[in-house]
Amino acid sequence: MKPVVALSFTVNGRRRRVRVPPMKRLLDVLREDCGLTGTKEGCGEGECGACTVLLDGEPVCSCLVPAAQVEGARILTVEGLARGPALSVLQRAFVEGGGTQCGLCTPGILVTAHALLRRTPGRVPREDEVRTALAGNLCRCTGYQKIVDAVRGAARARLQANGTKGATRARGAYGTPAPRRGSR
Amino acid sequence: MRAPLSTYAVVRPRDLEHALTLLHRARNGERLVPLAGGTDVYVSLNAGVEPGRRFLDLGCLRELAGIHQRSGGLTIGALTTFSAIRAHPAVRRRYPALAAAAGEIGAWQIQNRATLGGNIANASPAGDSLPVLLALEAVVHAWSVRGPRDVPVTSLFRGYRDLALEPDELIAAVSLPPPVRAKSFFRKIGTRRAQSISKVVLCGLLGIGRDGRVAIARVALGSVAPVTLRARHVEGVLLGARPSAAVAAAARRALLRDIVPIDDIRSDRDYRLLVAGNVLEQFLRATAPRFAH
Repeated sequence: MKPVVALSFTVNGRRRRVRVPPMKRLLDVLREDCGLTGTKEGCGEGECGACTVLLDGEPVCSCLVPAAQVEGARILTVEGLARGPALSVLQRAFVEGGGTQCGLCTPGILVTAHALLRRTPGRVPREDEVRTALAGNLCRCTGYQKIVDAVRGAARARLQANGTKGATRARGAYGTPAPRRGSR
Repeated sequence: MRAPLSTYAVVRPRDLEHALTLLHRARNGERLVPLAGGTDVYVSLNAGVEPGRRFLDLGCLRELAGIHQRSGGLTIGALTTFSAIRAHPAVRRRYPALAAAAGEIGAWQIQNRATLGGNIANASPAGDSLPVLLALEAVVHAWSVRGPRDVPVTSLFRGYRDLALEPDELIAAVSLPPPVRAKSFFRKIGTRRAQSISKVVLCGLLGIGRDGRVAIARVALGSVAPVTLRARHVEGVLLGARPSAAVAAAARRALLRDIVPIDDIRSDRDYRLLVAGNVLEQFLRATAPRFAH
């Protein structure tokens, strides 16, 4: 008989109850049992970061997390970033700044970058901070510069939005690319 | 081929005592594999290698996580993640090499899950925290139904992936003795800075006495032998010597008697010999500039 555990946790603020094998990967629980296929599988061994989700606010590779360890946890997936059809500032910065190409790495990168922006309130993270935070997210298309620019552009847009509270924000503000600095 | 994850059982202990009883009972039966952050276990399972079919979930044993100041040193619970270690003010201030290693293990996602106890238990000769623990002369606190037992890290690595621990012993914590009067150094060489497994990793402590001679020399390396090791021949050359380029060269020659790197998927023997020597010299010059003259 196959072992099964009953688990309860929240995904993107919604309570989920599942009955799954305890060593089932969180990645598969999200995709198969919760129907949230935004989280992608890349390498399946914690190298590429495509499957990144936030577990109690911290980025983790969901391909390395056993279901048994998420009882009672708060999980955020890429589906939790947008509000209905309205993309988040970060997502729009990626769209407008060309931070996404084939898209396989994008959900994981968005989630990791979202965690970085939450850790750096009220300022634009430095380029090296963004690169270090995203070091566990591989992208084989973009060469990373546009991703880094999009993350910093989103932080800048967030600052401008906070500086003009209550006022309508210009759409273009999201995509303002960060100045390139002589990096790889 | 990936292992059949849906067939594995997970046992959740009520507390540490219960966990130790379960491990003890499993001695003569089916293996019970302690599971912490899972960052090594799932890599094995993905490759189709089964460390076992029953897992002991340590995630609920919160008493095994956390960093505490004890008798001038620090005690780090086995379940403490590398994120917690790299961010801890006392680690950063007093054991900077450990903070540096914690910041170069995997990347953010891995550091949030991987634990110090797991890095030790996995016993990979490439484990990045292990040379630091060797250089700091840390002590592992292993618990079993028979009670606690202290094992110095310097006598822990018996052979390739073979620890001087009983099958029913659980790594509960690691103690770092008070810092010695020495400068510390940590350098990991991999294909890239994040996520890669080390080709060579070195942690060193070097202290110069009032007489200008080397009073403390501890050099530990990983990925260059079946076990993570202290370079005792190198230390022998350095101790009592006045720093100079000649001594650095002698230390470099002695290193060849300490390490036995191999060709593998990540690097080859010749590269590792050359780079281990380069990193050793870098350590010496960084901690005592007179090694350059």
